[in-house]
Amino acid sequence: MLRHFRASIVMLLSMTVLLGLAYPLAMVGLTGAIFPSQAKGSLIERDGKVIGSSLIGQNFIGEGYFHGRLSATLDTDPADATKTVSAPYNAANSSGSNLGPTSKALIDRVKEDADKLGKGVPVDLVTTSGSGLDPHLSPASAAWQVARVAKARNMPEADVQRLVAQHTEGRMYGLLGEPRVNVLQLNLALDAQAKR
Amino acid sequence: MTINGWAQIALFVALLLLFTRPLGGYLDNVMAGRRTFLSPVLVPVERGFYRLAGINPAEEQSWWVYARAMIVFHIVGFAFLYLLLRLQDLLPFNPQGMASVPPDLAGNTTVSFLTNTNWQSYGGESTMSYLSQMAGLSVQNFLSAATGIALAMAFVRGFARTEAKTIGNFWADLVRVTLYVLLPICVLLTLFYVWQGVPQNLASYVEATTVEGAKQTLAQGPVASQLAIKMLGTNGGGFFNANSAHPYENPTAFTNLVQMLSILVIGAAMTNVFGRAVGDERQGWAIFAAMGVLFLVGTYVAYWAEAGGNPLIAALGVDNTAGNMEGKEVRFGSPLSALFAVVTTAASCGAVNAMHDSFMPLGGMIPLINMLLGEIIIGGVGAGLYGVLLFAILAIFLAGLMVGRTPEYVGKKIEAREVKMTMLAILCLPLVILGFTALASVLPVGLAGPANAGPHGFSEIFYAYTSGAANNGSAFGGLTANTVFYNGTLAIAMMVGRFAIIVPMLAVAGSLAAKRKTAASAGTFPTHGGLFVGLLVGAILIVGGLTYLPALALGPIAEHFAMLAGTLF
Repeated sequence: MLRHFRASIVMLLSMTVLLGLAYPLAMVGLTGAIFPSQAKGSLIERDGKVIGSSLIGQNFIGEGYFHGRLSATLDTDPADATKTVSAPYNAANSSGSNLGPTSKALIDRVKEDADKLGKGVPVDLVTTSGSGLDPHLSPASAAWQVARVAKARNMPEADVQRLVAQHTEGRMYGLLGEPRVNVLQLNLALDAQAKR
Repeated sequence: MTINGWAQIALFVALLLLFTRPLGGYLDNVMAGRRTFLSPVLVPVERGFYRLAGINPAEEQSWWVYARAMIVFHIVGFAFLYLLLRLQDLLPFNPQGMASVPPDLAGNTTVSFLTNTNWQSYGGESTMSYLSQMAGLSVQNFLSAATGIALAMAFVRGFARTEAKTIGNFWADLVRVTLYVLLPICVLLTLFYVWQGVPQNLASYVEATTVEGAKQTLAQGPVASQLAIKMLGTNGGGFFNANSAHPYENPTAFTNLVQMLSILVIGAAMTNVFGRAVGDERQGWAIFAAMGVLFLVGTYVAYWAEAGGNPLIAALGVDNTAGNMEGKEVRFGSPLSALFAVVTTAASCGAVNAMHDSFMPLGGMIPLINMLLGEIIIGGVGAGLYGVLLFAILAIFLAGLMVGRTPEYVGKKIEAREVKMTMLAILCLPLVILGFTALASVLPVGLAGPANAGPHGFSEIFYAYTSGAANNGSAFGGLTANTVFYNGTLAIAMMVGRFAIIVPMLAVAGSLAAKRKTAASAGTFPTHGGLFVGLLVGAILIVGGLTYLPALALGPIAEHFAMLAGTLF
């Protein structure tokens, strides 16, 4: 039995050095050299300041921006640390709504949004994402917002539509995943257009 | 359901099939201690480990010594990880200043990662320091996976050896599988994941000022290196709270495909290892075929349920063609979310790329059933193979009863001791799952947990104990599980689900190894054909069906009919 303890302790410690320190730290060094942008989180800078990550969605509320999926992420209540408050797109606390299909809270929420957005609104625009940080919309959900964005920006709808088309990504290699639009990049393109 | 959806599922299955035999051959070589292409680099490292720990890798162990070494290793592992989590606030690699993990949560998490469950009562990015993630949780991801494969190899040796007293050396098995299989593949996977966008850094969280001028804190960390083993070792514990739904932890459909493959690839290869060890690869393919049948049926039902979407939402005038999108990511949609859910629960992985809690009633029932059957559809690394072989013993015993002769499986007579031990292993799961679910459904501390009301609330509790006992780790995440009651009872469920299967299983291995091999005769029931596959699937479904149908009726099935009737909770 004592022999097993000695072997266990030595084995665990040496494995921890190899698998828990050498492996991840070597990977930090190696990937930082080969894929520096991705390893640091695919950050986007504008005018020298970090404005987000191309992989992480943001909570757009202005009429002139495309809005992403609903987000169920929370944050601690600044008034009472034992409670949480809604904080959409909190990228330091990812989570979904975890509402079940027969949840009254879910159906009431969807009803309110569907009434506001109109009949035939695509389902991904009235549902929360799994991570609360989904950077994408379906092309249908982007198209649904073109008129509003164009009006708010005083742009011809065709111009906005063209930008949406430019930022629509197909399935990877024509097969994998779903067609999608990166909302942050689309909105950045809108702002860039406005500056010109 | 779409043609594209099915094409992606077909591609996944084809790739898995493609890898099964070559990886099986490689694993077989590694575990037998033969030379491989990595030997020139790794042999000195391997010897170094043995020398440091004072181990002779050639020393053979009886099943009882093997089990003791494994258990002592877990006791030491528990103490180390528990202390690390409790002391993380004082240790380096903690740029966010994470506080010490509270005792009940640290205990639950330690058991969870030691048993290859990776149930998480916490959110990674808001609880764990980088040191805890790397040197604590990731290390156990490797070691618990290596332990599973080692145990399965010991079991396979029970079938392969004749009149032997021993079933291998635990330490040699552990070291070999870690060095030659898990670590090299993880290095490649890490490079791939970072290329696709998964972060790998030690920086503090990034403070961004969004386009509209709000503050957004972007959690960072050494994600890719942990993600690689989380999937390959069927551990499943997310670096982030949202697990592989998080765009940093699963940024593209390509990473999604590779993650699903790496969940099942070792488990699938283990069926081939079994076939090679008993001298007839068809025996392995028969097991694989039985798993395949269950996998495809589950995938069909889950995809059908999720692609159909929520009729209660369609009734509100919403365009539901994308299916049920609550809790799902646009880049995966309903087909890849459904497939991932089946894959992760077929194995004992438990990573998720969509929130199972928000699945359709029947869509969420499939992951539940996969776990209830004991995760023998490919299954966890190692655990899947010894799980399904226990069912194979049971199936062959039932067949023997029907014709009135002593059953044989791959040349070994299956007698009273093996069947008793097998039943012990198979029955301990329902005991903890149904027992604790019943307890939590009546006690106020248990009823405080569910976030949803009605049958779905019951499903949340049922899912939690199923996931814990089956060592899966996925959740109906609405359940508030970070309480003393749930942390404690789930830790017990996880331990029973691991060790109450392992120890009887090793006992069976020991008693099988001691037996003589009987030559196949005209009266031997062939176990590589369709009839055996059917019998095995039947045994799995009958045992699972009889045990769990009442509980399933109270949860997902009741909810399905409530939904069709338009009832809300």
